[in-house]
Amino acid sequence: MGKSPSLARKEPQPGLYGWLDERLGLDELLDFARAKEVPHHGQSFWYYWGGISLFLFLVQLVTGILLLVYYRPGAEAYESVRQITYDIEFGWLIRSAHSWSANLMVLAVFVHMFSVFFMKAYRKPREFGWWSGLALLGLTMVFGFSGYLLPFDELSYFATKVGLEIPQTIPGLGPVIVTLLQGGEQVSAVTIQRFFALHVVVLPLAFLALLGFHLWLVQKHGNAVPPSEELKPEEKRRSIPFFPNFFAKDMAMWLITMNVLAILASLYPWGLGAPADPIAPAPEGIHPEWYFMSQFQILKVFGRWFPGMTGEVLGILFFTAGIVLWSLIPFYDKDNTNARRARHASWFGLAALTGLILLTIWGYAEI
Amino acid sequence: MSKKKHKAAHAEEPELTRRALFRTGVGIVGACYVGPIAYPVYRYLATPAKQSAALAAIKEVSIPQEQMPALGTALRFAFGTRPAILIHMEDGSFVCFDAVCTHLGCTVEFQPEEKRIHCACHGGTYDMATGKNVAGPPPKPLNQYKVEVANGQITVTRA
Repeated sequence: MGKSPSLARKEPQPGLYGWLDERLGLDELLDFARAKEVPHHGQSFWYYWGGISLFLFLVQLVTGILLLVYYRPGAEAYESVRQITYDIEFGWLIRSAHSWSANLMVLAVFVHMFSVFFMKAYRKPREFGWWSGLALLGLTMVFGFSGYLLPFDELSYFATKVGLEIPQTIPGLGPVIVTLLQGGEQVSAVTIQRFFALHVVVLPLAFLALLGFHLWLVQKHGNAVPPSEELKPEEKRRSIPFFPNFFAKDMAMWLITMNVLAILASLYPWGLGAPADPIAPAPEGIHPEWYFMSQFQILKVFGRWFPGMTGEVLGILFFTAGIVLWSLIPFYDKDNTNARRARHASWFGLAALTGLILLTIWGYAEI
Repeated sequence: MSKKKHKAAHAEEPELTRRALFRTGVGIVGACYVGPIAYPVYRYLATPAKQSAALAAIKEVSIPQEQMPALGTALRFAFGTRPAILIHMEDGSFVCFDAVCTHLGCTVEFQPEEKRIHCACHGGTYDMATGKNVAGPPPKPLNQYKVEVANGQITVTRA
């Protein structure tokens, strides 16, 4: 008695757990997780979205590896996806789960980003969490873009062609970059091979490294509390242990997400269009995936206001400026001492969110 | 001290049963999920195995006259998914064997000069007429197929 548990010589526990614990120090990990506290308040719901994004990323890893078993990049890409979808047992389900969870992941990452923004969790000392998170969102979008080409059906062909028009407008370097990305003047089997290497090796490596950094920062700084909670005196703030309380809720969220994914993937299986044909005209009503719709619409609108290439360049500049401002927000709204700046940042966030939603709706309305 | 201990033990009792119930519940729910996830994944991964099993199940292979090996030579062909070897003996008869070495599964070769069937991996040797293992590590003779010649066509069937 009297000794702290870590100093006391521990009696080894019986069974497999005890055997592992003696060698791996599982109890220390559990003690650590039990001692870790997570703030508990009216906005706690938003804390789960990072975890939901992580879960969907794990689903991407598993279903992606399964698709790799049959997918053949290059000239046979379409045929192999056709086989996966129609010939291989449950191939349609694996592919559908991959596509649906990709979309849900983009959605979850967006929800996570906006909730972090409105909770002002980018403030000191969490700036790097904000930046690494934005980079993860960027990678998620590139994942989406590169993966979309891989089945090489009509839609994916034209979506890639249109998407690559954006780097094309970079002054001077644009055409070089696009030719390198495409592996030639046109989107072709060579492009698939490159996008495949990007999608299954380069992006996952970069993503995992950044994710490790991001999670380490979350662990280091803990969850930020929203300003409304910060105003409360210390003794009025509540928190729950990370383990088992928060962890159990986190797992419940994962379970709900998995159920939603299972329903979507099985009841609304992802389709496969006609094979890409470089000579055929673009199908009517072709449009980008929903998460690229707002950018697409900005380009379209600026093109209307400023005909010719100027419009497109201005549209891209406008969007780029928005992203730069968005990522620099921790330098403007640094801490909780400047109420005016805090308000401005909130209005900026609200404007960005409304803008994105309206542009997306507008884009769909114009199809 | 002992009183306190007693009290603590008492307080823990319902906690333990609740925990046990919780654990069982989690286990049951977990099993309900593992099945529906593992089953499609298994079927997905097993599809080609199923297709090759169907191919491996064939009972008979016909060899057209133009592919018939000359006297004293052999023909390699696929019997379903496995390599097979058809030897045209000097006396005009035919013998046919599964060409998979019974030692460690390498594909064996007919060597007309040595008049034997040989496995290059570990030097196993089989009799060319009977498929019997005569030298080296193979534990068993080669599996033999039945050969019938009719109207100039050779039909190989499982013995």
